[in-house]
Amino acid sequence: MPQTDMKNGAKHRRLLGGLSDTNLLMSITIIVFILMYAFAIFGLGAGFLKAQTFFNMLNANAALIILACGMTLVMITGGIDISLGGMAALVSMCSAVYLDMHSGSVIGAVMISLGIGLAFGIIQGFLVAYLDIQPFIVTLAGMFFARGMTTIVNTNPFNVQNEAFVKLKETRIIIPGMGSVNKRGDYIDAYIEIGVVIALLIVVALFLFLKWTKTGRSFYAVGGNRQSALMLGINVKRTTFLAYLMCGILGGIGGFVYFMHVGSGSASHATGAEMNAIASSIIGGTMLTGGVGNIIGTFFGVLSLALIQNIVSSAGLDQAWWTGITNASMLCIFLVIQSIIIARRKKENLSAEKPAEAKGVKT
Amino acid sequence: MQKKVGTAEKNSFLSAIIRKQIFIPIAALIILAIFNFIVDPSFFKITLGHNSEGDPVLSGNLISIIDYGSELAILAIGMTLVTAASRGQDISVGAAIAISGSVVLRVLCGTNSHPETLQAPIIAAFLVSCLVAMAFGAFNGALVSVFKIQPMVATLILFTAGRSIAAWINNNELPVVSDRTFTYFGGYIPGIPIPTPFFIAILCFILTWLALKFTNLGLYVQSVGINEKTSRLNGLNPALIKFVTYVILGLCVAVAGFIKVSRLSTINYSVVAKDIEMDAILAVALGGNSLSGGKFNIYASILGAYVIQFLTTTLYKFQVQADALPAYKAVVVIALVILSAPIVREKLAAFFKKLRSPEKAESKA
Repeated sequence: MPQTDMKNGAKHRRLLGGLSDTNLLMSITIIVFILMYAFAIFGLGAGFLKAQTFFNMLNANAALIILACGMTLVMITGGIDISLGGMAALVSMCSAVYLDMHSGSVIGAVMISLGIGLAFGIIQGFLVAYLDIQPFIVTLAGMFFARGMTTIVNTNPFNVQNEAFVKLKETRIIIPGMGSVNKRGDYIDAYIEIGVVIALLIVVALFLFLKWTKTGRSFYAVGGNRQSALMLGINVKRTTFLAYLMCGILGGIGGFVYFMHVGSGSASHATGAEMNAIASSIIGGTMLTGGVGNIIGTFFGVLSLALIQNIVSSAGLDQAWWTGITNASMLCIFLVIQSIIIARRKKENLSAEKPAEAKGVKT
Repeated sequence: MQKKVGTAEKNSFLSAIIRKQIFIPIAALIILAIFNFIVDPSFFKITLGHNSEGDPVLSGNLISIIDYGSELAILAIGMTLVTAASRGQDISVGAAIAISGSVVLRVLCGTNSHPETLQAPIIAAFLVSCLVAMAFGAFNGALVSVFKIQPMVATLILFTAGRSIAAWINNNELPVVSDRTFTYFGGYIPGIPIPTPFFIAILCFILTWLALKFTNLGLYVQSVGINEKTSRLNGLNPALIKFVTYVILGLCVAVAGFIKVSRLSTINYSVVAKDIEMDAILAVALGGNSLSGGKFNIYASILGAYVIQFLTTTLYKFQVQADALPAYKAVVVIALVILSAPIVREKLAAFFKKLRSPEKAESKA
């Protein structure tokens, strides 16, 4: 229904009015991203023109993409999960300890990561969905628990020496035809890490899941209006639980991808990752109130944050605090835009003339 | 009413106590105290010694609890109000403490990071930091009340940026105040063996008590927290009241930040007041206040804050690392919220009813 509505109605509406809220936010993000990239290329030198610069952004943020996807899922159902960063730290520490101190296999480490994610997903999902506790409190406790547990598992940060793992970590997938010539005139291939492939697969899979499966659509219904979702015969509690479960598993995978990128265990890993994941989702057009959101937007949200950091550091403002301040101000701006959109939508809901435009879960 | 008295004649006194909100922190305090007493009675020992300046000071675990619990108790006042009015918590208090502490040092030290003398009177530094902290509180409050963003997400902005802003205020330098009077506020005033933060905390409690007694603040906050629409229909301005609670929290943050920097005469942006937001929320929860707003009891929160500090000190005593503390506290938080969840409460109440008088319930049915 929404799709046909979009196609038929769009011609008659104003340019911005024709876009649904989420598409509007997502388009803003993509346009801002492209503009920033253009600014970077023209203003900060040709370094940004190399394909590898873009791939490096992907390499460094593959884990964040996966975490942000999990965050988007729970945010679509109207919840939030701020334990993701702590979970990533816990997963990398446990995997590191398992690989090095118990000389375990890589498969075992992956299993541990998934197990931790699953455990967090089940417990948090149960507390939020079935006991009706505020998601923020539950996951805040989850975050502190994960960070504390990381220290309990092992206090000191260390690099993993396990051969099989190091081999996996160093594996690079070469992209043909995208390489560049360095100053000495040698040709260097452009590459991506395994984590990027995993992240991209997850993005595509979740995009399809949310758009074309019944369960995926019910995520939007639950987030948009619990009461109506219940009346439509959707099992609201199970759907919410499922969202947290999937988020937990994605947290486990994201944690392992993070671990593959850094190759060490430390209690201070992924500090602020939850905040970056929330910011990416919000920038990508996911509404905090639930019911609206898009995985592709989240993907661009992550890239926008990464690009800002790149620009900030290549503009010479390499002090650590600039990252925090720019990220926070970006988040602030998008939050305010959202709140204005919500207020506008409420007004439109009140005036009964154009209900089709105001309501609806459009992706 | 009559029936109730008849059935519960025996344990009416007990149940009356249990129903009181302040019972929860008191019970937690007693459990902790008994636990410590069994494990190691010397936990409660207080000794009178002399510090490096030759002034008499009391030392012992209990003293350190009332000393270090003071900032938390002061924060708990503001956090309770914010929780009650806006049905959410401010998670940026730790970062805001870093900012206000940084401002204090900036004003005291001027442009030089290690001055021999103070560049401004201490009271001026404190007032400036109050203004700055209240401004940041107003920022949070505006996001929550005007833009209607969920409190925890709105304060996430400052949570991220706060410590960076704090570092930026002092150009990432670590100013040190060498004046001794400055240490009085976080340490001991010569001649008085009880730590000053405790007195500051008591002053704050008295001010809060006066404010609640002689203004309608408490009533308005509760009514906004219980039902925003109804209070609006009754002529209150919910947005303004929420906003005011955030500004009050800003003031509490400034006082706590002032104590924090006074303790060390310097600041470490990434470590100062780390994880204090968790403790403050925990204090509110432990005080028996609903984390989803509405009725509140500030005194229970204050007591809750000292109980948290008691727990922290106890955990330290068992050689738990500072970084591992949050894991234990998280378990306590989860246990508390599960117990206070309405669904669990209903189930428990039904269970106890059944347990107490099975035949009574049958005859009623």
